[in-house]
Amino acid sequence: MTQLANANANAVVEQLRAWNPQAVAQVIENRGETTIVVPCELLRAAAQHCKENPALNFNLLSDVTCVDRFPVEPRFELNYQLVSIPRRERIRLRTSVSTQHPVMDSLVPVWPGANWLEREVFDLFGVRFEGHPDLRRILLPESFEGAPLRRDFPVEGKR
Amino acid sequence: MTTVETAVGTTKTMVLNMGPQHPSTHGVLRVLLELDGENVVSAVPDIGYLHTGIEKSCEDKTYSQVITLTDRIDYLNPLGNNLVYCLAVEKLLGLEVPKRAQYIRVMLVELQRISSHLVWLGTHAIDMGAMSVLLYCFREREEILKIFERFSGQRMMTSYIRIGGVALQAPAGWRAQVKSFLEMMPARIDEYEALLTENRIWQGRLKGVGYLSPETLVAMSTTGPGLRAAGIAYDNRKSFPYSSYEEFDFDVPARTESDCYARYLVRVAEMRESLKIVRQAMDKITDEGPIRAEAPGIVPPQREKMKTEMEALIYHFKIFTEGFSPPPGEAFVAVESPRGELGCFIASDGSPKPLRVHFRSPSFINLQALPKMVEGQLIADTVASIGTIDIVLGEVDR
Repeated sequence: MTQLANANANAVVEQLRAWNPQAVAQVIENRGETTIVVPCELLRAAAQHCKENPALNFNLLSDVTCVDRFPVEPRFELNYQLVSIPRRERIRLRTSVSTQHPVMDSLVPVWPGANWLEREVFDLFGVRFEGHPDLRRILLPESFEGAPLRRDFPVEGKR
Repeated sequence: MTTVETAVGTTKTMVLNMGPQHPSTHGVLRVLLELDGENVVSAVPDIGYLHTGIEKSCEDKTYSQVITLTDRIDYLNPLGNNLVYCLAVEKLLGLEVPKRAQYIRVMLVELQRISSHLVWLGTHAIDMGAMSVLLYCFREREEILKIFERFSGQRMMTSYIRIGGVALQAPAGWRAQVKSFLEMMPARIDEYEALLTENRIWQGRLKGVGYLSPETLVAMSTTGPGLRAAGIAYDNRKSFPYSSYEEFDFDVPARTESDCYARYLVRVAEMRESLKIVRQAMDKITDEGPIRAEAPGIVPPQREKMKTEMEALIYHFKIFTEGFSPPPGEAFVAVESPRGELGCFIASDGSPKPLRVHFRSPSFINLQALPKMVEGQLIADTVASIGTIDIVLGEVDR
């Protein structure tokens, strides 16, 4: 499987560090993929920088996912997949929020396409997104209680 | 409460439910339409009627057990779902798939693309009133389903693409069957075009309908034919080649008008490109050769070996009882499904069951753009717009 994707991964890290050295808390390289761990209060600005810096030009937000790392804290690990269509590059931004304060800044002001993606994370994990224009359940019925994709929610559901 | 729901009971506009039971929503999709006569003032999609908790179920199964669940996500593209999941697991494992298996994967995934576009074309046409096209498209789709049945024993939920390669050896007589399909198909696509492309009613229903600018589409994370019909030729098979696609010679059709008619032209052209790829793959697949990687402990041994060699038997037993454990880490792989960028994100914690499996499903994300496409147009155009996005509710809801 060819990997054209991350030939310039270090360049992305350099650009982000040059913009704000605190934005890059950690860089993980695994199987040709680059993950940049960003502190949660800086993530929206870092993502916006990735989009607007012409050298980076990550114009497409491909995916927003959450991984529940229960019982490790901070528990909810949010992964943002960005794609630069013209530069044919992918990058992943990662941040984490805790059980006590499962709130993250919404990326809807940066990419309107984050709307449903964040609603899904809210619905299934219970992570709130500040600044989201319409944060409500999307896949589950409104009356559903709980966040089923959390690890402590049983697979068969609660009765 | 949504803005549409606040309009219920007022006299200025009327709120109608389109769906979840409706022949033109192509599945259990509910769209709340606020109407001023026949003009759509606002539209709010309501999804989740087909949510079956697939991603949660994946966490309770071993890595190879998940494959049968993946078939059912985008049920018009089961091989594509299998492929993206297996590519992600193979990435986590660092597993190389033999070329021959990659060519078989490419051939079948492109046939799946054609069959998916045939369903799209048939249902889109019948929504617009062209009823015969549905039957013609399904007639050709039958031939593809017969090919899948020959390969895997299953017409739709094949689970044929497995971790490390494909499930079974290429069956006897497959070449003749694929060849006769390739000989028949171009003329059939010409038939559909003869019925639709220059048809005044077809053009009247689709031209100028559901327009979205390329900037809006990228901002809304739309991918696939919808984006390519706006001039942005983003296709994972070219931008981030996987499974030996870099060895194939094909074009990525694109238009600029970004309306329903342009998306129709793009998808029909994609069917023709897929035929090219199938022919090339068929020529590349040798009659004999491996169909799966050699990876003891991950890929089950051949049945003959398992029945005669002790080591193989032990591996077989361990694989099917304990499963295998990829090293901890995450992987995200995206393929080009008929609907757009289909991604699979897997997080492994070093146990035989995945910690998290998430599918970046193009229908879910592309559907977000529906209100923008539809507001300000007529109800009839809503039907055209829903059809043009090409959604599969299994993928939207998972």
